[in-house]
Amino acid sequence: MMFCGTEDPFGQLGTAVLAVLPLSFLCTGRAWGAEKPLARHANLSLSFFSSSVSHSQITRLYSRFTSLDKGENGTLSREDFQRIPELAINPLGDRIINAFFPEGEDQVNFRGFMRTLAHFRPIEDNEKSKDQNGPEPLNSRSNKLHFAFRLYDLDKDDKISRDELLQVLRMMVGVNISDEQLGSIADRTIQEADQDGDSAISFAEFVKVLEKVDVEQKMSIRFLH
Amino acid sequence: MEKEIALLHRADFEFSHIFYFCRKGFEAIVEDEVTQRFSSEELLSWNLLTRTNVNFHYISLRLTVVWVIGVIVRYCFLLPLRFTLAAIGITSMIVGTTVVGQLPNGSVKNYLSEVVHLTCSRILVRALSGTIHYHNKENRPQKGGICVANHTSPIDAIILTNDGCYAMVGQVHGGLMGVIQRATVKACPHVWFERSEIKDRHLVTKRLREHVADKSKLPILIFPEGTCINNTSVMMFKKGSFEIGGTIYPVAIKYDPQFGDAFWNSSKYNIVSYLLRIMTSWAIVCNVWYLPPMVRKEDEDAVKFANRVRSAIARQGGLTELPWDGGLKRAKVKDTFKEEQQKNYSKMLVRNGSVGSLSAETESD
Repeated sequence: MMFCGTEDPFGQLGTAVLAVLPLSFLCTGRAWGAEKPLARHANLSLSFFSSSVSHSQITRLYSRFTSLDKGENGTLSREDFQRIPELAINPLGDRIINAFFPEGEDQVNFRGFMRTLAHFRPIEDNEKSKDQNGPEPLNSRSNKLHFAFRLYDLDKDDKISRDELLQVLRMMVGVNISDEQLGSIADRTIQEADQDGDSAISFAEFVKVLEKVDVEQKMSIRFLH
Repeated sequence: MEKEIALLHRADFEFSHIFYFCRKGFEAIVEDEVTQRFSSEELLSWNLLTRTNVNFHYISLRLTVVWVIGVIVRYCFLLPLRFTLAAIGITSMIVGTTVVGQLPNGSVKNYLSEVVHLTCSRILVRALSGTIHYHNKENRPQKGGICVANHTSPIDAIILTNDGCYAMVGQVHGGLMGVIQRATVKACPHVWFERSEIKDRHLVTKRLREHVADKSKLPILIFPEGTCINNTSVMMFKKGSFEIGGTIYPVAIKYDPQFGDAFWNSSKYNIVSYLLRIMTSWAIVCNVWYLPPMVRKEDEDAVKFANRVRSAIARQGGLTELPWDGGLKRAKVKDTFKEEQQKNYSKMLVRNGSVGSLSAETESD
């Protein structure tokens, strides 16, 4: 019908151009675009992980990053995180989101995203005997505890004060427990953990309280199914 | 006595309690159940459409050549044919229903209207290269009932009207869609609402109830999810359609993703680019299952009934069920869910205290 032989060379040329047009549009730009930014990031992320991370894990997380990035500008804002319903209903959701954003900034790029996620990578057995000279990996027990400590310690003075503890408690229980009861819970918790008597929990005291807790298992998630 | 009061105030909070919420939060960030339903399903093996391969990268020259041939076939051969058919279909629908609409109300008019609707619908399905398998045709919706189905795209309506006539329910649009709506409503009693009326739920329910009460009227077609979901799961059914009464005829629609992605991601593509993508896919292949009719039981409220219908549809279509609201595509989640989480945690906290267990170091998770 459309391409049956006409004697019109311009008509035939026209249809040939029409045929090539969609081809060229698809071949440039977007068709191959997915490869380029990934290659850039693949090299960056290796520095966070003590052992090499599989390419498929980075790819997966990168495609997750882009699907969350509704503005398509290569960074995530707080609203992008809050769009995840399961995170929005998490009582500690706001604190977790804040952990991604460095001081005073409103956007996080893929590097920052991976860096924060790196804390939750499970500790593999072969890593435990790696060289002690290199920098400590982000997912070591100590760094996981440090991450949790920072969730409590808002003003970053390396101490969890009674007020900071109360704030976290209030976030987790909502309106269901009275102020007095919450206050006494906070007092009791500090009293048990506090060793130098300053009514605040330092990082060392924090570590001591949690020494019997299996932090490696509780603060790890699987990145791939 | 004092010791008992002390025990009442005592509760088992541990610093490690935040680990649970932390982990849940990060698991949701890496992958969550809900947001993935609002984007197209990922395929295990590529079907030669770049759009369906998220992690597209170059594999081999031979594959690229095959892909290029595919592109030529789809864009230069199939697309013009389909576009012509679609134009014919839409024009004949508008002309046909306007002509039939002039006739006086009666059985002749209804018969002719059915013929026109069916014919044009079939032309439109061919225009999309649709291959539809209908199962259990004996359960097809009868007059005076309500037909309920899962929603993946605007094409769902055409796919269902290919096999029977329904009274559609929807918003009044402008443009070409509006012309079609105005033409078809003359021939067949569709229920088109003004945008302002949809907000008034009682008005909507009243009109639908009137329609259902008239047993000679065609079954109503409703998509209770309220928005397009990507055909891997069924989200919460809005209870409004289940409060009207009458018999519900559930229908499950499952598209085969190998031939083309039917999901309309309305935040990413407008209707025109969506239709272009549909018309340049290989085909639309889908299975439609008519499920046995369901009626609300005496002691069931609308929400439970909606969930029961939803389970039946999900089971038949092989889709997962999610209790989340499809409206989360655009709106924020309600605070009541967070409050529920907080309540559960508080219960655990206070319950541990009243049992009287003195500080336990580890919490078993």
